Amino acid sequence: MMDARFYGSGLAKLEIPTELPGNLLVIEGADGVGRSTHIELLQGWLEGQGFAVASTGLVRSALTRRGIESAKEGHSFDRTTMALFYATDLADRIEHEIVPALRSGFVVLADRYVYTTIARGATRGLDRDWLARLYGFALIPRRVFFLRLDPDELIRRTLRRGGELDYWEAGRDIGLAPDLYSSFRKYQTLMLGEFDRMAAQYDFTTVDASRSVEDVQAELRREVANLLDPTLLTPAVDVSDD
Amino acid sequence: MGINDSHGFPGRLIVVEGIDGSGKSTQLSLLQTFLVSEGYDVSFTEWNSSPIVKDTTKRGKKKNLFSPTTFSLIHATDFADRHERSILPPLQAGLIVLADRYAYTAFARDVARGCDRAWVRNLYHFATRPDLALYFKVDIDTAVARITGGRIQIKFHEAGMDLGLSPDPITSFRMFQGNVLGEYDRVAEEFGLTVLDGSRSVVDQQREMRRLVKPILKGLGRARAPRPAAAPSVAAAAAAPAR
Repeated sequence: MMDARFYGSGLAKLEIPTELPGNLLVIEGADGVGRSTHIELLQGWLEGQGFAVASTGLVRSALTRRGIESAKEGHSFDRTTMALFYATDLADRIEHEIVPALRSGFVVLADRYVYTTIARGATRGLDRDWLARLYGFALIPRRVFFLRLDPDELIRRTLRRGGELDYWEAGRDIGLAPDLYSSFRKYQTLMLGEFDRMAAQYDFTTVDASRSVEDVQAELRREVANLLDPTLLTPAVDVSDD
Repeated sequence: MGINDSHGFPGRLIVVEGIDGSGKSTQLSLLQTFLVSEGYDVSFTEWNSSPIVKDTTKRGKKKNLFSPTTFSLIHATDFADRHERSILPPLQAGLIVLADRYAYTAFARDVARGCDRAWVRNLYHFATRPDLALYFKVDIDTAVARITGGRIQIKFHEAGMDLGLSPDPITSFRMFQGNVLGEYDRVAEEFGLTVLDGSRSVVDQQREMRRLVKPILKGLGRARAPRPAAAPSVAAAAAAPAR
């Protein structure tokens, strides 16, 4: 159960009750901190406890997915255009996925939300107040978990798994440094600064993501159980018939 | 730079506004011909034409995926892309930029569709202020008469059919565009748009438009010498006895 409140004027012509039976939980953090792993683990756990769970993530909307992907492949994607295109994606998913699921009582696990796109815009020099007002249509989540990781650890973690530093996650479009490593490190440091700045403003629950998957997941489950149903943490009743 | 500040670039930005059937596009096209014949370098941009956003808008319209909020956002995205590629560079290079619809279209239309006024204005805050913004004001009957005259197709969203006001496109158009006109009046006042009577003859409107454009061209260099033969009204003026 959560209040249907918005950061600003909300969504035009959307009839919505003041209270929604579901819960919107957001997991924020850089690529490589383990967002999708933790969402998968939370989803399995919650479903095991009998909850209906839906997940959604950035740029997954039926409306804008292809358009944003092809814009990112092109050579020119201006920062304002990018911010507005991401906002279109999010508005579409809030209206067509998130709100309907919340009405039906689902726990919605969102893999990133407005905060990533606000941070991307601010890092590219867009006005923070303009970005905050732009997202006046966004539903305020029940809770935002910010998986926080130092950029150096983020780089090592990405590379030791055989991954590559991503062009956009390195902010290569804004010319921060001549090489990929330095650019990635600078960009992620700026992004982290934006997230830290937003943590108080948007009431993030900051989770230290430098720990093991088990430890981080255990903390997330404790927090989620406190929100949804504290009895979830009591040891499961043995239902085996031996 | 912003919707309330001059751009300070060497070029000039002239925009036309008005509902479908107001005659604004006809007038802008006549103005373009005139300015080119006068030797100016001119570039033209129109609402809803960014190559980045085009496919998304087309898909959204075809499958009816838009809500008032996403409809507003996708047009702002389209505008931002054109502002970056097709509006600022020619202004910086000293051209005359002619824009068929500008941010004011969103201020009128998206608000008539139910979006919050302050929110929509914030979306376009980055847009540079035009040097001249002309609003071609017509009443609904004139617009409908021109549209049903067959020259213009009535469009689904232009008629506000997405709002479910009426199953009949003409009735829906009247209801929706009636609200748009109300918002345009407010916008014209708030942003100082120059209001033209769009119900007058094409020639009368074009004469007034050229008269309004003239002062803002002061100090702007021509790329070529004027070719008076291509611009009859100017040729006629030149033929009149000098005082």
